[in-house]
Amino acid sequence: MTVSNNAESELEPEVTVDGHRVDESPRVSDEVKFTTCYMCACRCGIKVHFKDGDVRYIEGNRDHPVNRGVLCAKGSAGIMHLKSPARLTKPLRRVGERGAGEFEEIEWEEALDLATAWLARARATNPHRLAFFTGRDQSQALTSWWAMQFGTPNYAAHGGFCSVNMAAAGLYTVGSAFWEFGEPDWEHTRYFMMFGVAEDHDSNPIKMGLSRLKERGVKFVSVNPVRTGYSAVADEWLGVTPGTDGLLVFALIHELINAGKVDVEYLRRYTNAPWLVVDDPGAADDGLFARDNEGRPLCWDGKTDGLCHALDPDVEPLLKGARPFADGRTARPVFELIAERYLDAQYAPDAVASRIGVSAATIRRIAAELAHAAFSEEVIIEQPWTDWAGRKHERMIGRPVSMHGMRGISAHSNGFHTCRAIHLLQIILGSIDTPGGWRFKPPYPKSLDSLPQPSGHPEDVSPNSPLPGPHLGFPRKPDDLLIDDDGTPQRIDKAFSWEAPLAAHGMMHTVISNAWRGDPYPIDTLFMYMANMAWNSAMNTAETIQMLTEKEGATDEYKIPRIIYSDAFYSEMVAYADLVLPDTTYLERWDCISLLDRPISDADSANDAIRHPVVTPQRDVRPFQDVLLDLGARLGLPGMVDEQGNPQYPGGYRDYMINHERRPGVGMLSGWRGANGIMSGTGPPNPDQLQRYIDNQGFWQGEIPTEARYFKNVNTAYLDYAYENSFVATRSPIILQLYSEELQQFRLAARGHGPAQPPEKHRERIETYFDPLPFWYRPFEEALEVADRFQLHAVTQRPMAMYHSWGSQNAWLRQIHTSNRLYVPRILAQSLGIDDEDWVWVESRNGRIKTRVRLMDGVNPNTVWTWNAIGKRAGAWNLAEDSPESKEGFLLNHLIHELLPARESGYRYSNSDPVTGQAAWYDLRVRIEKVAEEEAGEAAPQFNPLGKLSGVDERPSILRIGADVTDSSDKRQGA
Amino acid sequence: MTGLPTAPSEKRLGLVIDLDTCVGCHACAVNCKEWNTGGYHAPLTDERPYDTDPSGVWLNRIHTFEVGEGESGRLVHFPKSCLHCEDAPCVTVCPTGASYKRSEDGIVLVDEDMCIGCKLCSWACPYGAREYDQDAGVMKKCTLCIDRIYNENLDEIDRVPACVATCPASARHFGDLADPQSHVSRLVEARGGFDLMPEMETQPVNKYLPPRAKGGQAGGPGSDDKLMPAAGGFLAWLDRTLSD
Repeated sequence: MTVSNNAESELEPEVTVDGHRVDESPRVSDEVKFTTCYMCACRCGIKVHFKDGDVRYIEGNRDHPVNRGVLCAKGSAGIMHLKSPARLTKPLRRVGERGAGEFEEIEWEEALDLATAWLARARATNPHRLAFFTGRDQSQALTSWWAMQFGTPNYAAHGGFCSVNMAAAGLYTVGSAFWEFGEPDWEHTRYFMMFGVAEDHDSNPIKMGLSRLKERGVKFVSVNPVRTGYSAVADEWLGVTPGTDGLLVFALIHELINAGKVDVEYLRRYTNAPWLVVDDPGAADDGLFARDNEGRPLCWDGKTDGLCHALDPDVEPLLKGARPFADGRTARPVFELIAERYLDAQYAPDAVASRIGVSAATIRRIAAELAHAAFSEEVIIEQPWTDWAGRKHERMIGRPVSMHGMRGISAHSNGFHTCRAIHLLQIILGSIDTPGGWRFKPPYPKSLDSLPQPSGHPEDVSPNSPLPGPHLGFPRKPDDLLIDDDGTPQRIDKAFSWEAPLAAHGMMHTVISNAWRGDPYPIDTLFMYMANMAWNSAMNTAETIQMLTEKEGATDEYKIPRIIYSDAFYSEMVAYADLVLPDTTYLERWDCISLLDRPISDADSANDAIRHPVVTPQRDVRPFQDVLLDLGARLGLPGMVDEQGNPQYPGGYRDYMINHERRPGVGMLSGWRGANGIMSGTGPPNPDQLQRYIDNQGFWQGEIPTEARYFKNVNTAYLDYAYENSFVATRSPIILQLYSEELQQFRLAARGHGPAQPPEKHRERIETYFDPLPFWYRPFEEALEVADRFQLHAVTQRPMAMYHSWGSQNAWLRQIHTSNRLYVPRILAQSLGIDDEDWVWVESRNGRIKTRVRLMDGVNPNTVWTWNAIGKRAGAWNLAEDSPESKEGFLLNHLIHELLPARESGYRYSNSDPVTGQAAWYDLRVRIEKVAEEEAGEAAPQFNPLGKLSGVDERPSILRIGADVTDSSDKRQGA
Repeated sequence: MTGLPTAPSEKRLGLVIDLDTCVGCHACAVNCKEWNTGGYHAPLTDERPYDTDPSGVWLNRIHTFEVGEGESGRLVHFPKSCLHCEDAPCVTVCPTGASYKRSEDGIVLVDEDMCIGCKLCSWACPYGAREYDQDAGVMKKCTLCIDRIYNENLDEIDRVPACVATCPASARHFGDLADPQSHVSRLVEARGGFDLMPEMETQPVNKYLPPRAKGGQAGGPGSDDKLMPAAGGFLAWLDRTLSD
């Protein structure tokens, strides 16, 4: 695929018929290398063109399964990421006070010795004293394994403040999740609803998919308080009040059930709708499934008019009616409970319309449209298949309604239940993984009982010992929580405690606050990677900065004594580290996008990919993954040293990617395993594997057999395929869980059953929020006493041209968004006498910020919003101190406290979803007020500018990228 | 002053931009910048890139604005670059012959060797589609990727402008608008493609496709479609369904 060096093109351009010289066939590049983008979380395939040794052009790889040739603004700005003057250049040791930005450059050997000494001390005394958290880390299969070998329970990536509500709700309901584990069937769907996608994940595939819908004339409904981006091109925009999406979904479910527009056969065969639920209030098994002696769930068989275990292939289960099952007790089918709950008048469109901000007629019509698409526009694929019960189906019949949801659902304290509600809606329509529905991506779906349980119980942690299992998992009952006998959290972030039992991604947003407070215990070393926790990734940024800098009493010791941080750039967080380990960019290192981590599969194939160093860094930086393995070897961590104590992976991450096995035959990459690389999925390590990836444009694609592509959770062909590829542990069907028995297990504990029960202060909360069927409640901040003072919702959207804070330091991308504004509904603004470009105070229960305003029509009338992560601290990122990012740009983060107000008991919960611990960013409530004239002109708060960092480049005053290709000086002479 | 081709060119190469599909992601603008900073107009200079008022040369820019009110209101993402007009005022105003329209395919180009940086063309262009490179002292503009579309060093499938190749939403189309059978001409015909500011009488080659009527295939805003409750209530309906 390398573009050849055409000798002809080196000649002088032809003079055209118009008398001008135009070279229409210039040499494009000397060499093309294929690798994987990292300018956001999509992980698109890219072709990097080199000319005269320099990166000339980056474009999308047409053959890549994620992006099929397209590339977004972020990916197209990769050159400026690589050339950024904010790049770190050398390991740094802090010499001034934290936050002063005063560092000395040190050699790597010294840096690694220092880190090893700090880490070894924590490991030898109490591994809890290390908190290792990574941000937008795409090497979590490595970082989590490293932390496991270290033995600290305190590890997670950024999922807890990103999308754990989506992940957990999906996995507990359908064994999969939106985005990375599933996608709409863009080619067949007839109706598409998108909930709360703040222009975010996933980026290119959604745009490509929407384009296919437009080509096919398919209706696209966007549910979002803000009409930008995707919502702007939707056929219908529902500008809901933030946090009410769940109510909208329940009203749709109400309408559908009331009209009998549900797929009864799908519910009976592939979901737990017929499973019987014990109806015995007060009993220890009330609300659990009625089971037979072998523990199998029961249902009522219509054919024999008797009990039958639910996975009997011959059963013809009923969906209603209380049934006797033992000792005169009765049980009721799940679906009857569902019908009872959602047919209730409280979920009728008329009852919820005003709160949602969408008319009842519109809700009724959308329900009718959903029913029409699902039941009158069936999609049929002429492909026979066999379901789990051995029933042969001559064709695949689909209910072509599909949905997608992300941050606007996730970032509320009611997000877990709302996300479950969306899946419930898809399930009753019978659409999940059917043609035209929302489809699973391998290695998902997985049944909940096959997913790991979290490690970090008191007995799991001891000096100089690894954890027995992974940190993050999926608790199924209170015994699985990481608490001691008193119910005290064992993790620094309190994940998997009574405060957030299903915190499957950890709770990074609580780490600094908890560590500073010493609650549940103090730590010794905070070790972070790619997480700008002193700025846009923190709630309550100003106080977080104080926590990072506050000292213990009169001593000279910081409350968080040691901070090690790795980043490629001079982010705000760098200034608060004691030791800075400079990372490379994505074009300068080995990486793998592994099926063991966050996969890039699509619904028709299992995919993985690599990055390889296509550019050699000219700075004294090292890939963090190499550094981590080096530290592991220095610490003598199990798996990182051989029997002689020498490094197990002397070739660094590249070596690990090839040779590391989780269990025999299962490694980081699935392609070209075994001798000669002839095995896919599983097989022994192949020393030539990475070259084979490079030869195949950096990715591997394992196609799913045709008969296995739909109904995956219950399709024998798929279950066989998944089992043979080690995606699942058994060939058992994965039954969709409308009713969550796991949630009921926690509720029963709150009602006084079982050995592990919540302490009194948590009991009511667990009882309330561990409802086994989804329900709606007001987001917590809205329910506070102070809420009356703050009548407006405030949310963010993510600019499509930027990702995280890296985007806004990029020389090209910052020309698109150099500062942000607060977008205010026009009618509201006019009522407050506020006009375009006016300055306002935005106040929440946590203080106030000063921002500049723009008026907008396309926004929910009770909502203000802004772009995420554009505001910067003066001096950071090697931008000019008075750059618009710091003088006019702002963060809403200052307004969001990481804790909820104290309860009567004095206890303060984190500002999170009570089930998953997901950070509730979008619960924020504010009020706005025009500033006095003399206050206008600069965003507030402002912080002392960070000083110039040792070693970083001078900011160029002009960029002439590509000038060497055609010498611009000639033009000036000619001018 | 510079003359336009005496006869209309046989080919009229241009872009068709779909305002119904453009989500305003700026992929086209940045990929254009990336290609062209090393291309025909290299470099597309960025002045003060990390300072208070960064300012660079962009051959394609996206404007975002709201139009209409209430149910008919919408947010429009409007990508704008040179429209390669048939009656291009930027050409006729050029005192040196630097600004010209190619007789073979209608592409409007600037020959930098002849450009004196007088900026008359940017004043003449009613669309504001010209970009002056202060550093180089010359005018730059969209070339329709003249160094891609005929480039024998590229695979044929890649011989389209960078903005078209990269657009994730397939909102941009490239082709010969003089050929009524071309993909782009058929799109214009089917979707009611329109000229930008026809009153300026510049006869732009590029066309825009208007946003489709809202609503999609079923019902739509204003419709009072709704589901009728199942006869006898849901549970009776369920009984009937299961007894079938």
